[in-house]
Parts: sequence; C-alpha cells; structure tokens
Amino acid sequence: MNDRPVMIEFDNVQKVYPNGTVGLKDIDLKIYEGEFVAVVGLSGAGKSTLLRAINRMHDVTGGDLKVDGQSIVGYKGKELRNLRRSIGMIFQDFNLVNRSSVRRNVLSGRVGYYPTWKSSLDLFSSEDKKRALDSLNRVNMTEKLYTRVDELSGGQQQRVAIARALMQDPKIMLADEPIASLDPLTATAVMDDLLSLNKDLGITVLANLHSVPLAMKYADRIVGLRAGQLVYDKPIAEVSQDDFEGIYSENEAVKEGALNG
Amino acid sequence: MDKDLLPKRSFAQKYHVRGIGGTILFFFLLWGSAVMTGVNWGDFFTNLDQFFDLLSRMAHPAWDYTNIVIQPIIETIQMALIGTTIGTLIAIPFSVLAARNLVKNPIVRGIIRFILNLVRTLPDLLLAALFVAVVGIGSTAGVWTLAVFSFGMISKLFYETIETIDDGPLEALRAAGANNVQVVVFAVIPQVLNSFVSYFLYTFEINVRASTVLGYLGAGGIGVYLQRSLSSFRYDQTAVIVIAILLVVIVIDAVSNKLRERLQ
Ligand SMILES: Nc1ncnc2c1ncn2[C@@H]1O[C@H](COP(=O)(O)OP(=O)(O)O)[C@@H](O)[C@H]1O
Ligand SMILES: [Mg+2]
Repeated sequence: MNDRPVMIEFDNVQKVYPNGTVGLKDIDLKIYEGEFVAVVGLSGAGKSTLLRAINRMHDVTGGDLKVDGQSIVGYKGKELRNLRRSIGMIFQDFNLVNRSSVRRNVLSGRVGYYPTWKSSLDLFSSEDKKRALDSLNRVNMTEKLYTRVDELSGGQQQRVAIARALMQDPKIMLADEPIASLDPLTATAVMDDLLSLNKDLGITVLANLHSVPLAMKYADRIVGLRAGQLVYDKPIAEVSQDDFEGIYSENEAVKEGALNG
Repeated sequence: MDKDLLPKRSFAQKYHVRGIGGTILFFFLLWGSAVMTGVNWGDFFTNLDQFFDLLSRMAHPAWDYTNIVIQPIIETIQMALIGTTIGTLIAIPFSVLAARNLVKNPIVRGIIRFILNLVRTLPDLLLAALFVAVVGIGSTAGVWTLAVFSFGMISKLFYETIETIDDGPLEALRAAGANNVQVVVFAVIPQVLNSFVSYFLYTFEINVRASTVLGYLGAGGIGVYLQRSLSSFRYDQTAVIVIAILLVVIVIDAVSNKLRERLQ
C-alpha cells in the first residue's frame, strides 16, 4: 500500500470551532492514492470535521494539510474553487435541489469548469451533456434523466448525488455518512457504487460510516476518531471486530449499539 | 394514565395567562386609541345620510363615459406592470445580499437591510408627490412611485423566502467548486422561483389598486379621471370609473390567483 503516492496528508492538524469546541486535535494521517478508507467513531467524534477540512468547507486552525502534494490551508478564491472542483462530496441528506430535474442537478456538478455567465445561461457543452449521461449510467439512473428529484426514492437520490459528484472528474470522493438515511438494501447498492468508482476509476474514497460491518466489507483501511483525536488506524487485513470495543471503550453503551448510533 | 406522571404545567400555562392577558391588552389599546384620536361615533352615523345621498347619485352611471375611461384604465395597468417589474428587478440582488444564509458578513447585510427598511418607511403617497415634483405630472411619476414601493415590499418578501430554503444544495454546490453566483443560480433560484413569481403577482395586484389613488396626485392613470369627476360633482361619471376599477381588480385578482395556484 505504502508504495503508492500520498493523496492527502494531515500534519498535526488542529480544528477549534469559534465557540471553543475542539473538532480535531493533533491529527497526523496519510491517505494514499486509490485507497478506500472508512472513518468510524461516535457521533460528535469529528468525522464530518475531518472530511470538510480536506475540501476546506471548514478551515483548520493549526497544522498543515496537503492534497496531492500541495498545502491547501492558505487557498483562496479561484485556487480554493479549483481544489473543491477536484474533490467530490456526497452527504447524508443527498443535498440535491428537489425541484430541479435529475439532469440539471447532475450538470450542476460541472459548474466549476465554466465561467459564471456560461453556466448561468445553461450553456453546457455537448461533451458535458454526454458526460452527464455517462455518470448517470454508472449509477444505473439514466432512465430518470428528466425526472424531478423529489419523485425519487432516497437510494435513487443518493445515486444521482454520486453522478453529480462524478461530473467534477474528482481525484478524491468524500462521503459523509452516505447511507445513514437509507434502508439496508439500498445502502448496499450505494456502497457498491462507491466501491466501483474506487476500483474502476481509481478515485480515492474517504467515507464516514456508522456501520462497522459495512466498513469492514468495503474499505481497505479503517481509521477511528474519538473526541477529535485519531485513536485507530489499521489496514483491513489486521482489523478485528474486537478492536472497535477499544475505539468506543470510554463509553458504557459501547458494543454493537453504539456503533450503529 | 396516572395524572401524577404527566409533567406539571406552570401557573402561567395552566391559566392561559399570556393569551388572556394579550387579549385584554389588545382591547385596552383599541379603546385608548379611539379616545385619544377623538373618534366620534355619533358623527359617523349622523353623516351616514350624506353617504347614501352620494350612493343614490352614483346609481345612474353615465355609461357613455365608458369609452373615455378605457384608455386611462389601460394606462393604469401598464404603470403597475412596469413599476412592479422595475422594482422586482432591483429587489433581486438586494434580497440576495440581505439573506442571512447567503451573506455571512453581518456588516454588508446590516447596511442592505437598513436601506430596505428606510425605503419601506416612505409612504407611497409621499413618493408620488416627490416624483411628480421631480419628473412632472404624468404616468412616469406613477411608474417610479410604484417601482420604489414594489422594491421595498418585494425585497423583504424575497429575502425572507430565501432564508427558509434548504441549505443542503448550497453546501453541495460550494463543495463542487461553484462560485457565489453559480450557487445562487443552481441552488437558490430553483428553490425560490415559484414563491418569487407568486409575490410578483401579489405586488402587481396591490399596485393596480394603489395606482388608482396615485392619479390623484397627478401621477397618471385612471386616478386623474377619478379626481376630475369627483371635484366636478359628476358622480355619474365617478360611478363608471369605480365600476371599471372594480372589474379590473377582480379580473387581475382572479387571473393571478389562478396562476399562483398553478405554481403550488
Ligand atoms: N459549526 C460548528 N460550530 C461549533 N461546533 C461544531 C460545529 N460543527 C461541529 N461542531 C462540534 O465539533 C465536534 C465534532 O463534530 P462532527 O465533526 O460533526 O462530528 P461527527 O461527524 O463525528 O458526528 C462536535 O462536538 C460538534 O458538536
Ligand atoms: Mg457528522
């Protein structure tokens, strides 16, 4: 694994929110190109903060963070938008525009490549319209092209959200609890889609997951957070179910229940 | 269920202190205002016969006046439409800048909201008088009056609508590398468009009614004729104008209600 280039590098990263809450503390972490990493931990452990530091949706307050070899903590304006454009993100609540069609939602993933006026007038190139079809095809949603998003099921919406993120042509895909709002069956379908981006397209995937069994099934590596600190980091071959009692050990309600909470 | 297990209501909750207190306060203020402004209920009823006299004189409309009224009525509608449109176009950027979920900078937002509040405190009659003085008697003054009035009203309705939208799509667009304008175009506008159209129609309705009065101050439209007929005691002509205004308002009301229903 370690012969691959480093894709994301946390170097003693700190995050303190303006109200004093510690989001991340002393994080040192390297994510390698093409890895599928699952991030586990209790609610409030800092998983979302960790992901959002990578595309600078949250600013870190200390340390350095490199993406593809470049320090990103000082990025502003166009530079920052180009960083975000190269990193796809999907969310627990899908974050699609419910009143717009699947097509427009998917195309909106491409706006980072367009000047303001062109995208505002919906002047997408025929190449990108084809790209939208390809992205939808990858998640088996092509036939819903003209459907309004609010007519889709949760699992279908998450797949459209993946297609939207694919429009960015991302090197990295961040998934913040992508299946927490889905039933087990659709959850598996969505995880399969993420896995195929990882394996077929070589996209580095970082996913916050509540379910340890799913993390063990899909990830190459599991990292654990507790109270903003990195408390666990093992390749999947060395992971055993018992380890997770360790991650959550300070909490009485541990075991299975806490992992799903 | 055992009563003791239920959470206890406080004294204020149990005896509806707020509701009852509020009602008493309301009637007290109502009574106080009537006394202080010297509303004379007696006068109101003794003058009622004058009102009936006017009504009876209006009961025979001068139907041949209809032809003359059509042109200014159309002008009134045009004034309302142009005024509302201008006001709305200016209101859009202002409402974006005033919305808490779009503009995080409290200073920018504060300045914009201050301007909007200021505009809304200007009464439309004062605006009309002002514009008549500046651009002269005629419908141009009316259009500008309605534009400013619509701007004040619409920008508030718009930014309050923007503040109720789902922020999820905004986050997604930002995370995809969209700039601020692209976030507005792709994530905000689709969520607010229907409400915006419906507020536009609503303001247009109000403006049609308002512009009949503005004519009184020389700001063009049917109001000019209304004023002329009243001051020359031609109540038969007044009747025709009132009926015409009523018809127009009812039709516009119906059309815009239908359109707004469609948007739901
Ligand atoms: N915008 C914010 N302001 C202040 N505190 C926050 C903010 N976002 C998250 N936090 C706090 O930071 C900690 C980590 O949150 P988060 O990263 O969302 O955890 P997780 O995703 O693991 O549930 C929590 O204590 C949370 O309350
Ligand atoms: Mg979270």
